[in-house]
Amino acid sequence: MRDIAVRYGFLVLFAALVAYFASTADGFVSPQSAVFIFQSVAITGILALGVTATLVVGGFDLSIGSVATSAMMAASYVMVVLNQNALVAVLVCLAIGVLIGLINGFLIVYMRVPDLLATLGMMFLLLGLQRIPTEGRSIATGMTMPDGSVAPGKFSDAFLALGRYRFDFFAPNLVPVSVVVLVVLAVAIWFFLEYTRFGRMMYAVGSNERAAELAGAPVKAYKIWAYVISGIFASIGGILLAARLGRGDIASGNNLLLDAVAAALIGFAVLGASKPNAFGTAVGALFVGVLLQGLTMMNAPYYTQDFVKGAVLVVALVFTFALSTRAKH
Amino acid sequence: MAAEAVFRIAELKKSFGPIQVLGDVSLDLHPGEVTVLMGANGAGKSTLVKVISGVYSRDGGAMTLGAADFAPKTPAEAIRAGVVTVHQNINDGVVAALDVGTNLTLDRLSGKGQPLIFNPRRVQREARAVAERMGLDIDLSASIGDLTLADRQMVAIARAMAHEPKVLILDEPTSSLSSAEANRLFALVDRLKSHGVAILYISHRMSDIRRLADRIVSLRDGQIVGTFDSKPLDYEGAVNAMLGRKVHQSAFAAKSGGKTIFTADNVVIADGAKPISLSLGDGEIVAITGLVGVGKTALAETLFGLRQPLGGSMTLNGSSYTPRTPAEAIAAGAFLVAKDRSESGIVGAFNIYENMSLPFLKRISAFSVLRRGAERAIARRQIGELGIVCRSEKDDMSTLSGGNQQKVMVARWMAQPSSLFMLDEPFQGVDIAARRDIAAKLRASAAGRATLVFVTEIDEAVETADRILVMSEHTIVGEHRNERIDMDRLLAEVAGQTARGAA
Repeated sequence: MRDIAVRYGFLVLFAALVAYFASTADGFVSPQSAVFIFQSVAITGILALGVTATLVVGGFDLSIGSVATSAMMAASYVMVVLNQNALVAVLVCLAIGVLIGLINGFLIVYMRVPDLLATLGMMFLLLGLQRIPTEGRSIATGMTMPDGSVAPGKFSDAFLALGRYRFDFFAPNLVPVSVVVLVVLAVAIWFFLEYTRFGRMMYAVGSNERAAELAGAPVKAYKIWAYVISGIFASIGGILLAARLGRGDIASGNNLLLDAVAAALIGFAVLGASKPNAFGTAVGALFVGVLLQGLTMMNAPYYTQDFVKGAVLVVALVFTFALSTRAKH
Repeated sequence: MAAEAVFRIAELKKSFGPIQVLGDVSLDLHPGEVTVLMGANGAGKSTLVKVISGVYSRDGGAMTLGAADFAPKTPAEAIRAGVVTVHQNINDGVVAALDVGTNLTLDRLSGKGQPLIFNPRRVQREARAVAERMGLDIDLSASIGDLTLADRQMVAIARAMAHEPKVLILDEPTSSLSSAEANRLFALVDRLKSHGVAILYISHRMSDIRRLADRIVSLRDGQIVGTFDSKPLDYEGAVNAMLGRKVHQSAFAAKSGGKTIFTADNVVIADGAKPISLSLGDGEIVAITGLVGVGKTALAETLFGLRQPLGGSMTLNGSSYTPRTPAEAIAAGAFLVAKDRSESGIVGAFNIYENMSLPFLKRISAFSVLRRGAERAIARRQIGELGIVCRSEKDDMSTLSGGNQQKVMVARWMAQPSSLFMLDEPFQGVDIAARRDIAAKLRASAAGRATLVFVTEIDEAVETADRILVMSEHTIVGEHRNERIDMDRLLAEVAGQTARGAA
């Protein structure tokens, strides 16, 4: 009985929440509303899936939020200031994600800096670094450069389409690119972690590093790969953020880190997993999205949102640690 | 019998749900006497200890301390009443962040009537008194983190003794100590005995039991199945009672190895150590024995690619063998069941079949996608082969007894054929029944590979191996065929030049 409660408790709570909003909030049950929820959690969700990979190997990546905003600024800079096309901008962003993942991994594995501290340092560093090229200004098409000239390039249409194009699905022009990317990445990382030998070994590294090493696994490589995955996912989130905003806004992306980490941690409680898992992370992100959308439709003020998210996280952690017997080991 | 029993347990019962773990256990402890409690894993030893020490409440029966009823609701209550337990896990008994002196007086830091301000000088004074009474020769200002396991153990026991208990329970206190360290512990136990403390000593190490026991009580399936207190003690009878079956002493004929599988030529494993040369044949089981710290694990790790030899060469199946990582060793067919399974073997987050498949994921996946059906079939086969007691291959490791966990570790590496199969202390923390199962399985499957077992206990070597090599000071100092062994010579070799006494 207790097992069933722990296993399905969170999903039941999720279903009950949806049912409640469906009955009380007008228009909650509609394709538009569903897509809006997905869209609202797409970028957060992608970052959360990346941080899940580092949680699996027993690490943590606090730099994801700033990797995403750095990628956003880099994409804007490449297009607006360097006058390059969308493909170059995307490749530069992905390269930044890989590079930062490698540096994080190197600091943690070879320099033996504890994961939280290494990625905290990286977060700080990136928050500063992304402001240096433009001397602290946001980047927009036609912006004035520090030397008084006007930036030559512009946000290319192809790039903006990543944020604005909508696929036909049930209704015409319904599903935005970011939602498709979220679903594809979620399925990919879920399959990778659950069904491939690499994913299995990453869990082994996270649970007992020494045992994994003695079973012949290149433990250091697995850990570094986890941070590279996290970096790539965060940079993809940054690309989508830039495409949605259509500018490199230094003030945006403040909540990305906390929201993503919350989604990943809520994921521990889904299906009584008591461990980081991709399915749980996706459900965690959606849970938060549904809750906020429902509350918004019921006219709850915006400033209650963080409180609600925090409350959900605390409840989920209680599910994971107090009620589950597996977490005790 | 010495004096009147100071602690009596009568018809104690304890169940978890429908499973009765203790049924009608009756036991008397006398002052100044060491009562050894023997029992296979799962016999109910830990539960009994936890009931006595106030972690669990009893379901039925009575306990009396002196003349009064004893029913502790919390561990603290048991300690205050004078029943003190030193648990198996040494680090549970000490706080690593504090120094020795503070640890010794830790229990005085809280509770009613204690001063609010922490006075280091008073603490040191009280600690010195405790240490002196116990004959504890450790720097009181040293940090626990800098002490050896044995010293931590001494501190934990001394801390327990600061309560001046009437009854002391030691739960497998030597399980992580070397022989020399264990001897210090034994001296301490003797000292406590002379102070009139009633001691319940839980162990399955025969050498401990021979050294200490005044009386042996055997526990099986939650019941006392034998009490042995007439001198000389009937050790074999106690083991038999505990197992419920007849013990056979090495009831096999030592085989000679077939064609040579592994050779080591002048391999040096430590600075200044004499080189090691050895040759292992097909189908033979070779035990390497020696005291803790003589380089058995270093040799195993060298052969498994975890560390590099300082000199010499090795061959496996006729070709040069120079593993630089465990992955290379595994690829070449050399497997190691590492010692201390909870540290270096068991993946806690994984169930049985996931634990078993860990080293061979590549071999049971197609295009890197795991074939879960094959994985589980292998696990089911191995569970049957080694007689692992579990409900299914999907059970969590934490639900298994120590012996069954160890069987899973052995099964993990037996799932694929190997050329050189190494086991480092495979019988550590394993009950005798499981130990016999593992040894029998090793012997039955020995053909086609060379098997190398690293054990500290000579009994375990004699029970398992065709040939016994003795290590001392990071090299091999003796060789015996397991037939009418010259025990005196073997023990002398184990003891080495320093002659630390028989292990």
